[in-house]
Amino acid sequence: MSSTRTAHTPRPGSRVRRDAAHRLALLESMLRVRRFEERCVELYSAARIRGFMHLYIGEEAVAVGVNEALTGDDAVVSTYREHGHALARGVPAEAIMAEMFGKVTGCSRGRGGSMHLFDAGRRFYGGNAIVGGGLPLAAGLALADHMTGRNRVTCCFFGDGAFAEGEFHETANLAALWRLPLLLVCENNLYAMGTALERHQAQTDLALRAAGYGMVSWAVDGMDVLAVEDAARRAAEGVRAGAGPHFLEMRTYRFRAHSMYDADRYRDKAEIEHWKERDPVEGFARRLLEAKELTGKARDALEDRLAAGIDRAVEAAEQAPEEPVETLLEYVTSPVEANRS
Amino acid sequence: MTATRTRTPAPAAAAEGRTTYRDAMREAMREAMRADERVFLMGEDVGRYGGCFGVSLGLLEEFGPERIRDAPLSESAFVGAGIGAALVGMRPIVEIMTVNFSLLALDQILNNAATLLHMSGGQLEVPIVIRMTTGAGRQLAAQHSHSLEGWYAHIPGLRVLAPATVADARYMLAPALADPDPVLIFEHGSLYNVSAELPAGPGFPGIERAVVRRPGTDVSVITYGGSLPKALAAADDLAEAGISAEVVDLRSLRPLDDATLGDSVARTHRAVVVDEGWRTGSLAAEISARLTEGHFYDLDAPVERVCSAEVPIPYARALEAAALPQADTIVAAARRAVGDPAPARADTADQRPTAGRPS
Amino acid sequence: MSAFTMPSLGADMDEGVLREWLVGPGDPVRRGDVVAIVETDKAAIEVECFESGTVGRLLVPPGTRVPVGTPLAEIEHGREPAGPARKDTLKPGTRARPAGPEPGKESAGRAANAVDSPARPAPEPSGEAACAGAGPLVRHLAQLRGVDLTALSGTGPGGRITRADVEHAPSPRAPRVRATPYARRLARDLGIDLTAVRGTGDGGAVRGVDVRTAAQGADVRAGAQADAAARPAEFRRESEQRTPPAAPAEEHPGRRTDTMRRAIAELMSRSKREIPHYYLATTIDLTAGQTWLRRINRGRPPADRLVPAALLMKAAALAAREVPALNGYWRDEGFVPGTEINVGVAVSLRQGGLLSPVIHRADTLAPETLMAHLKDLVERARRGRLRGSETTGATLTVTNLGEQGVESVFGVIHPPQVALVGFGAVVERPWARNGMLGVCPVVTVTLAADHRATDGAVGARYLTAVDRLLQRPEEL
Repeated sequence: MSSTRTAHTPRPGSRVRRDAAHRLALLESMLRVRRFEERCVELYSAARIRGFMHLYIGEEAVAVGVNEALTGDDAVVSTYREHGHALARGVPAEAIMAEMFGKVTGCSRGRGGSMHLFDAGRRFYGGNAIVGGGLPLAAGLALADHMTGRNRVTCCFFGDGAFAEGEFHETANLAALWRLPLLLVCENNLYAMGTALERHQAQTDLALRAAGYGMVSWAVDGMDVLAVEDAARRAAEGVRAGAGPHFLEMRTYRFRAHSMYDADRYRDKAEIEHWKERDPVEGFARRLLEAKELTGKARDALEDRLAAGIDRAVEAAEQAPEEPVETLLEYVTSPVEANRS
Repeated sequence: MTATRTRTPAPAAAAEGRTTYRDAMREAMREAMRADERVFLMGEDVGRYGGCFGVSLGLLEEFGPERIRDAPLSESAFVGAGIGAALVGMRPIVEIMTVNFSLLALDQILNNAATLLHMSGGQLEVPIVIRMTTGAGRQLAAQHSHSLEGWYAHIPGLRVLAPATVADARYMLAPALADPDPVLIFEHGSLYNVSAELPAGPGFPGIERAVVRRPGTDVSVITYGGSLPKALAAADDLAEAGISAEVVDLRSLRPLDDATLGDSVARTHRAVVVDEGWRTGSLAAEISARLTEGHFYDLDAPVERVCSAEVPIPYARALEAAALPQADTIVAAARRAVGDPAPARADTADQRPTAGRPS
Repeated sequence: MSAFTMPSLGADMDEGVLREWLVGPGDPVRRGDVVAIVETDKAAIEVECFESGTVGRLLVPPGTRVPVGTPLAEIEHGREPAGPARKDTLKPGTRARPAGPEPGKESAGRAANAVDSPARPAPEPSGEAACAGAGPLVRHLAQLRGVDLTALSGTGPGGRITRADVEHAPSPRAPRVRATPYARRLARDLGIDLTAVRGTGDGGAVRGVDVRTAAQGADVRAGAQADAAARPAEFRRESEQRTPPAAPAEEHPGRRTDTMRRAIAELMSRSKREIPHYYLATTIDLTAGQTWLRRINRGRPPADRLVPAALLMKAAALAAREVPALNGYWRDEGFVPGTEINVGVAVSLRQGGLLSPVIHRADTLAPETLMAHLKDLVERARRGRLRGSETTGATLTVTNLGEQGVESVFGVIHPPQVALVGFGAVVERPWARNGMLGVCPVVTVTLAADHRATDGAVGARYLTAVDRLLQRPEEL
């Protein structure tokens, strides 16, 4: 089993495209998530966004890198910290912002908010706010593909906290037992809310434990978008080849509080600063600058473009109509006419 | 549990043209799987074992292990997997052995199945059917005997059915599978061996409506599932005493068919609600409240409730029997409602709550 | 507690005149009940309240013009209706709430009389109730509470009787009766005073059966007025309420009877003059009906038992559904079928004369319901308490003279209807069936029909249908 859990290092011959344009696209994708969320903080403070809002800042490489391994036919199941997953998946920023404003144009028509972004057309099966709750669902999506012979991957994101949930273990066993086409991506940011990994897991090597279910299982540097992309591509390839579920432990870190604001009493400032030195966005940008694949001017132009896009999303969300209160009871059950054969 | 199983792969049509509730349910699943390849059955021991209560016996042989899918003892995972499969076009029938075990999957049922459609702004329909056994009466004690269907009936987004007759066991599944929303079917364990002649399909009243199983004029006995036979027996006893009881079978616990209940009470002016759940916060409480809200001026007596005693269902036969609604407690309640109390009998457990009784 | 306010009855309505109260303090009201008449610039409109509860104080006397939204009365939601001992109305001279049209301008000393000054002077009360210094609201209140104003000494200025005085006065009204909601409803519908009903329910609670028993035994007033029946007693207009207890009908029964006699004479003459009647009769075996009645009546108290008349009525109504040519009107232009089956019931009054109250959509009512309606209508017809809607709209009339012991009745059609069905007494007769002779209960049913509208074959079909329906009583 040990061979299945060695930390991933990019290998020559890997099919990851290595051209500069691709790398610039990865940077843009990560920066979009970063800037979008920074704007969210502002809007939350101004009470334009309410409810719980969990920021992904620091973990962008995971969502962006994994998405590179997925096609439009594949499915994504996510957590309540899912702005990054949704944006990387291609859910429009306008629809996400409008959702957080509770507007009719929101991707869940104002029913979900930050924690429950959905886009069935993009096979984005939502933010699930029950830790571990998305895992059985993802197994079901994979089961349907398995039973109908469709060669698709279902990718399920979850955190290290979910490792303590029965639903993870039930699903890992079920998926491995039935060899379901499931890509399990554990975003190990070292904290289950405020409880450190070593305070909630007896064995903190999560990839090792996942391997115990008979799955191919790797630990990956989740702060390096290229490493993430490479690992995800190889895992997805294995899933598509019928080798059953694959497990990726993405070692990453969130730079901000668990939800909007917290006092960070549970972790050292020094620890946060240490991880920030490995900022997946700025670090990657630096690498591209050093490699002369990115210029300062191009970076500025990119920032302007992203800011303009976010401005448009905010403006559109502000302008969008509220969902009329008369529609309150809609979508509890399907309309009677629908599908009743 | 094995004691209640019949191992013989009984054909649907048993002797003398009668069908058991178990066979009817199996026949319904067989028909559904033959008609629609998206339908599959998943659950603990549904395949090789033939189902904990023998309901799926013989289906594995006909449909194979892909469609008759034995699941590990992971209620949350396989119920959730059913939900996920339903999201992308499958029509899963998920069997949970008993309602007590369903609590291990409650997260999936409530937080996903019942919620996804709304939370996604109408994007995700969940056409899953979840079947489970409920109820007491077979000395299975406190972790296999409870009637928690009322809890599920509390949840918007679910349809909750309680087939109480062989015909409903036979014909409720198809419309449940056709429903784009999650449907829970509660099968009372005491009903599996009940047999009856199966009426032809036409005339089946659908899954929306309550049905008057026995018309009467003096008091409406409103019940469902495993309590229906008791209510009918009570109505026989009452008839001997000159009291004409109308027995109404809810069939659908959510949504409730207020119109049928209201019509009945508007005729009889008295109601007894029989519910094997615990009294406090029960479905019976909900029905009583609705009758009071909607039919206050029709009521000629307080609404009576006959529920289970507020105790984990005990093992010993006499204790278990005393904890459950029985024909004689229903009779007593009906007599109170019509103002014709029977002569006091020491062995009649009058379950009417008295003020100050701790419970 | 909430307020019943002056409703907006149209987009351009800013104010309205409270013309009349149809309820008084202590009366139970249900959402949707008509409680007052309001006059707008266009019409007098019956207005309903939107809450259920008990009427508390009436805040505005009749004749007052107030803006939309002005509280007119209190509606209390508690279990107990407003009792006399309300603190805010206890002390004479203490202003409870602005009630007059110009609140706030009066001194505290005059406040208790505020309601005595309606915008429109009230007509002088007639008869002995002329009690100097009692305003219309006070008199209204006294009437509702059954307080004799002549027995009160006023505490207002100049010895005027104030509202507080009335509210203080010992009310002959009994404390709240323990009764089921259904019994209350029934009592109101049947015009039964609950305080006089003996309850047989739990803790002496009055139940539906008690009210019905009381209704059967209730004093039947001989002087029923055919036309005064248009409104139930509690809804009668103020002017009627002010009439002395002895009604003109009782003072001059002969005159009233004469009026009705003349009306009947006019109608029946017209019928016989204009309508070419034809008559059919058939005798029906009622064994099945009687057996069924015995079965469902088993264990019922006598008052609740279903009687054959209800079955016959239901069969007559259902048969009209099958033979619609007999259900409707003959107009100048020909036959106009009825859109519903509304059965007029010929009720003979004890002092002579006839009324035909109507059971609307009788074909849709269960026999029990039909019988309850029948009893109720007969009862109220004889006491002169029919509502207007209950005397109009009949599309077919049924008369049952069985009680009087006759075996068959050939009736005169009530124009513009085109048929009248008659039932005689249910009697035992030797009856042959399948070649065997036995004794069976039988009833003779007759049909008088308008030959302009139908021919004998249609009538025969109708009677055949009645017979067939009566053989399956459980389906009625």
